[in-house]
Amino acid sequence: MRLAVVAGPATTGKTAVLRQVVRRLLARGVAPAFLKIDVQYADEDEALAAEFGIPTRKVYSGELCPDHCSVMVLGDAVRWAAGAGAEVLLVETAGLCLRCSPYVDGALGIVVLEATSGMNLPRKVGPMLSLADVAVVTKIDRVSQAEREVFRARIEDAAPSVLVREVNALHGIGIDPLLGTLLGGPQLVLGEDLEPRGLRLRGAPPVGTCTICVGKRDVGWRSHFGVVRPLESATFYRGE
Amino acid sequence: MLDSLTILGGRSRTGEPEPVGRLDLRVGEVLAVVGPTGSGKTTLVNDLELFADGTTSTGRKVLVDGVPPPSRMRDEPSASPIALITQHTSFLSDLPVGEFLLTHARIRRSPTAAGRVVEETLAFANELTGEPIDARSRMTDLSGGQARALLIADATVVCDTPVVLLDEVENAGIDRARALALLRRHRKAFVFVTHDPHVALLADARLVMKGGAMTALLRADEADRRLAAVAGRMDFALARVREAIRAGERLAGSELEAFA
Repeated sequence: MRLAVVAGPATTGKTAVLRQVVRRLLARGVAPAFLKIDVQYADEDEALAAEFGIPTRKVYSGELCPDHCSVMVLGDAVRWAAGAGAEVLLVETAGLCLRCSPYVDGALGIVVLEATSGMNLPRKVGPMLSLADVAVVTKIDRVSQAEREVFRARIEDAAPSVLVREVNALHGIGIDPLLGTLLGGPQLVLGEDLEPRGLRLRGAPPVGTCTICVGKRDVGWRSHFGVVRPLESATFYRGE
Repeated sequence: MLDSLTILGGRSRTGEPEPVGRLDLRVGEVLAVVGPTGSGKTTLVNDLELFADGTTSTGRKVLVDGVPPPSRMRDEPSASPIALITQHTSFLSDLPVGEFLLTHARIRRSPTAAGRVVEETLAFANELTGEPIDARSRMTDLSGGQARALLIADATVVCDTPVVLLDEVENAGIDRARALALLRRHRKAFVFVTHDPHVALLADARLVMKGGAMTALLRADEADRRLAAVAGRMDFALARVREAIRAGERLAGSELEAFA
């Protein structure tokens, strides 16, 4: 069983990329399953199930950050997919603040960025890009070749070790090399109960331990405990 | 160094094999791609640009010097021997022109040559457009004509590739007779996707597109060359009238007399 975790800002084309990947996996006789983790609405699971007849699921994270939600449910999801006979589990997660990375060791981490984004995006998204294995750049038909090349250079400057793949997901151009990377990647180690062994988050998420996290809505750092930050200085710890 | 590009025909939109099964383009040649809107011209451009290997919707294959290109050409845009100038007349990149060109020159050429390449590129672009481009302007603020001029200059000077592919050059707000003359100074293979009779007649051959397929390859003959000369004179006369109108001048009425 192989696992790919796909992250990226909303509407960059994560599902369009995965649709092309699913089509090619099936053509090679590899059985995929799909899990979508989103905040409050998603229908990609129904669309992919209807189009390809593969096992799909979705999870709404609701009050929880979707990337934290993915950490919580990933073990269960692998067990579900393995039980459904899948050889590859594709997890699409809607990151919110783009500061964390939902990738895990032993699985392929893919970030999907669009060529139409601002040139500073690769510098802004942090570990979601730098901890990925592959950066897939979509919507390449929407910009000039010069802009594509410069966008790629900005990605490589921000994350030198990440493999960059440009694709036109609508027409399936550039998808095939992704499949090679996915199927050549590591296999998960599953226990007898199909629970994955040793899955660990690749990077530490940004610190989010404060009283806002638990529902205190007063504005101003003096009202809060834990890790807080005033306007004029860096983060520090206040309280017990 | 690349000497030739080959397109092996695939299928039309309805699935039939393309009438033109093989097309060879050599450095120094000019090919015009013609056909009505929706005939598959831009798809052909995409196939060329991505070095189609039979997996695109057309099933075409593109060969470099007679063999499938190394994967690096396909995977790394800055290693591609084709510079593509698309129909875009605006940029989405929110960088200043100077920084954009410097980044592009650094990856296409070398960090040490980048400064000089940027100056050359701006000088070339400013020969093509009536409104000079300032290196400090943001890319997103350029006019349509400035954007096209910068794209052509970038493809020619920064990329300096053996093949240049221009999609719809005549839609640009630039002096296209001068663009053609400037481009022909460089020894390259040019592919023009065009609706313009003068540009099409100046090419060494015309590739005709229909229903998503390459349906005919017409080598330029004596009739084409004769027409090209007349079309050039008409273009020139019309361009002068256009400039006079844009400049707000009164016209004599006899400017196009020779063609009346």
